[in-house]
Amino acid sequence: MGKSHAEEGTGTMINKEVRDIADALSGIGDGAVVMVGGFGSVGQPDALIEGLIEQGARDLTIIANNAGAGRVGLAKLMEAGRVRKIICSFPRSAGSVVFEELFRAGKLELEIVPQGTLAERIRAAGAGIPGFYTATTVGTLLAQGKETRTFDGRTYVLEHALHADAALVEAWRTDRMGNCTYRESGRNFNAVMAMAARMTVVQSCGMVAVGALDPEAIVTPGIFVDRIVVVPEAAKVAAGAEGGA
Amino acid sequence: MSICKPLSRRDLAARIARDIPEGWYVNLGIGIPTLIADAIPAGREVILHSENGILGFGPAPAPEAVDPWLINAGKQHVTLNAGGSFFHHADSFAMIRGGHLDLCVLGAFEVAANGDLANWATSAEDSAPAVGGAMDLAVGTPRVWVATEHTTRDGAPKLVERCTYPLTAPGVVTRIYTNLAVIDVRDGRFVVTEMIPDLSREALQAQTGVELHFEVPEYA
Repeated sequence: MGKSHAEEGTGTMINKEVRDIADALSGIGDGAVVMVGGFGSVGQPDALIEGLIEQGARDLTIIANNAGAGRVGLAKLMEAGRVRKIICSFPRSAGSVVFEELFRAGKLELEIVPQGTLAERIRAAGAGIPGFYTATTVGTLLAQGKETRTFDGRTYVLEHALHADAALVEAWRTDRMGNCTYRESGRNFNAVMAMAARMTVVQSCGMVAVGALDPEAIVTPGIFVDRIVVVPEAAKVAAGAEGGA
Repeated sequence: MSICKPLSRRDLAARIARDIPEGWYVNLGIGIPTLIADAIPAGREVILHSENGILGFGPAPAPEAVDPWLINAGKQHVTLNAGGSFFHHADSFAMIRGGHLDLCVLGAFEVAANGDLANWATSAEDSAPAVGGAMDLAVGTPRVWVATEHTTRDGAPKLVERCTYPLTAPGVVTRIYTNLAVIDVRDGRFVVTEMIPDLSREALQAQTGVELHFEVPEYA
């Protein structure tokens, strides 16, 4: 007459929520490739970026759309000398002073990737697709040295999947199983990066009970998520800190 | 020489907005194109797309109504119209690269008569320019309109025989709206279809780096 294993409640239920930011980021080592979600400041996992500065990993490769603004967040991580390389679409923008300084001094490697190619390379990594062909960059400097192929008379460039050791993303609501929703334009790169890394760490604006999220509204199913740390929506700084796309 | 008044950036945006028909899905680049969002005639359903995952955004909000989670690709606050939707970046660029948009309007450093567009880097030595979504839009959208001042601030032509700046994409521009004229790109030629009042063909040609062809009545 014993209860089934599932009903025993032995404390082994799935629970991806971790105690704090240090726990969320443990194991990210020197030389790690880290994806950082967000578009400008919207959907950017600010607390995890700050935590990465505390955490101490060095020689990082950062994959993000922008290269930071001002002297906070990604810019602060770069200024602390922890970033070896940045892969992004829009590094130079209003307020990207730290990037400019480090890049000019030769202290930062840069790989410029068109925004759609960046998103698709990340998506491909998450989907187990090693590469794909795209017309974007054909006939430009960014296609130099890349393999091309013609399909139906049109030329395309081969692009490779972009993998990472960790993805730091911000979600709106999560449950302990790792299901995520996003808020408005905060979804951006977050939902794609969540699929693409060996370990996905979610900064959640709020945890809800399992079953409380509408299954139709879950954008990132828990299968893609490894760790969640709750950081209630602080007064989000007004967007616009970073100019340009 | 008669005095003519070039269009302001806002009037240029309004001029372009007039030509965007109801029902089109449109992406607007940074700069003058962004101003088009506020110039779409009231009641005309034009669906605006933003790279960061929005279809159906509307004009800028009143200062007290700013939603910090809702920005456009230029990182400016916007509103969402009824029927708007959100999606992630890969889906957003699937719309662009999959040819689903009807139009994009982009800024330009240079446009060549063969339709080449240069709008992302000012020299091949500029090793850290910001490309953003420009190359994806230029390649993936069936109509690429350029919105720009007719010349640089120094008066140098931006409409040229061949681009000297690094290309965003070859052979993609279909129409150019400047503060002086509307110009179609047809079979490797610039064809002027509209000019501001009191501007002579000679004056327009003098500010252009390649031969213009005219399909427009000349103003006295």
